[in-house]
Amino acid sequence: MARIVGSIMSTHVPAIANALERHEEADPYWKPFFDGYEAVHSWLHEVQPDVAVIIHNDHGMNFFLDKMPTFAVGCAPEYRHGDEGWGIPTVDPYRGHPDLSWHLVEALVGDEFDVTTCQEMLVDHAVTNPMKLLWPGGGVPIVPVTVNTVMFPYPSAKRCFALGEAIGRAISCYDVEPDLRVVMIGSGGLSHQLEGTRAGFINKSFDLRFVESLTDDPRWATQFSGEDLVKETGSQGVELLMWLAARAALGATVRRVTWNYHIPISNTAAGTLVLEPAA
Amino acid sequence: MGEDTERHGIPGTIIFDGAEAKRGYGLNKMCFSFNEEANRHAFLADEDGYCRRYGLTDAQRDAIRRRDVLALLEHGGHPYYLAKFAGIFHLDVQDLGAMQTGLSKEEFKARLVEAGR
Repeated sequence: MARIVGSIMSTHVPAIANALERHEEADPYWKPFFDGYEAVHSWLHEVQPDVAVIIHNDHGMNFFLDKMPTFAVGCAPEYRHGDEGWGIPTVDPYRGHPDLSWHLVEALVGDEFDVTTCQEMLVDHAVTNPMKLLWPGGGVPIVPVTVNTVMFPYPSAKRCFALGEAIGRAISCYDVEPDLRVVMIGSGGLSHQLEGTRAGFINKSFDLRFVESLTDDPRWATQFSGEDLVKETGSQGVELLMWLAARAALGATVRRVTWNYHIPISNTAAGTLVLEPAA
Repeated sequence: MGEDTERHGIPGTIIFDGAEAKRGYGLNKMCFSFNEEANRHAFLADEDGYCRRYGLTDAQRDAIRRRDVLALLEHGGHPYYLAKFAGIFHLDVQDLGAMQTGLSKEEFKARLVEAGR
């Protein structure tokens, strides 16, 4: 059966794309952030994943308010990076893994998660930036899973946790490629808010408590409503739901491989975390 | 922001729910169209005409004309779509943060650094 080698949680701030384009990794502003990826690269070299299931939120690229699925699964042979409108460089398409995608769809719907399937899907910085950060020279095929954090009501933290658990179960019974090594990616966060007079809101103590909980008490964040999360982490800090789902896929006990936290990158408290299942 | 937009009780924050999605549909649809370069050019060539094609209200058209981000939010704009409007003018999220909080960009950036201490 396929196996999950671990989960990587990563900020996806758009400005990262420009910093990479300009080779600013060693710039004093960016260095504390990019340095956090060295340990991730070493870990990836060690675990050698074959495919990444990337849980992310769309920012007005593949979905508009005309149709807004709560959960969607990409089933496409490739995923093209669309023009986001504000000028970050576009990247070459990522390869998909349709067999694993359809297996996830079958298993998730069987598990009573009524997901939307997408045989065509554009991706934005929420997919491309983590991919560029994790695999500067290319990357593995991907299965994108999109969670609505555009329009309320968002799926609850409890539901996102359950989704992650269901993805974990689905991967563990994928037998088409029995030795397939899967890495989960939770894209987004941590605390930030872009809009309103509260723009620039960051909550370091909540972020740190949340990240601790992912190791010690993974259901801790499931107590919060969507509005609670906006209040505690900012309007876009709710992207921690992606981290929560990616954590839940790992099962009961995990080991922290690496963790880096830096404020600010752009308007965001940037976090990079790797967890792996504890033997 | 007015009482109505703070009905969820989070200061300085609009929860973008069904009411906002309905209020801002045309405005957001216009901003979503800016994912295409040809549309960005068409907007710049005739801003108000482009707004009318998407059925923006008078208040929304006025806020677009004034580049008034807080007013655009008040009238149903969603930050992800408004970012595409702002991108036409090469405004990044820190420019927008400064505009919305009444700070200079440097002051806004300093506030972010302070949040990390």
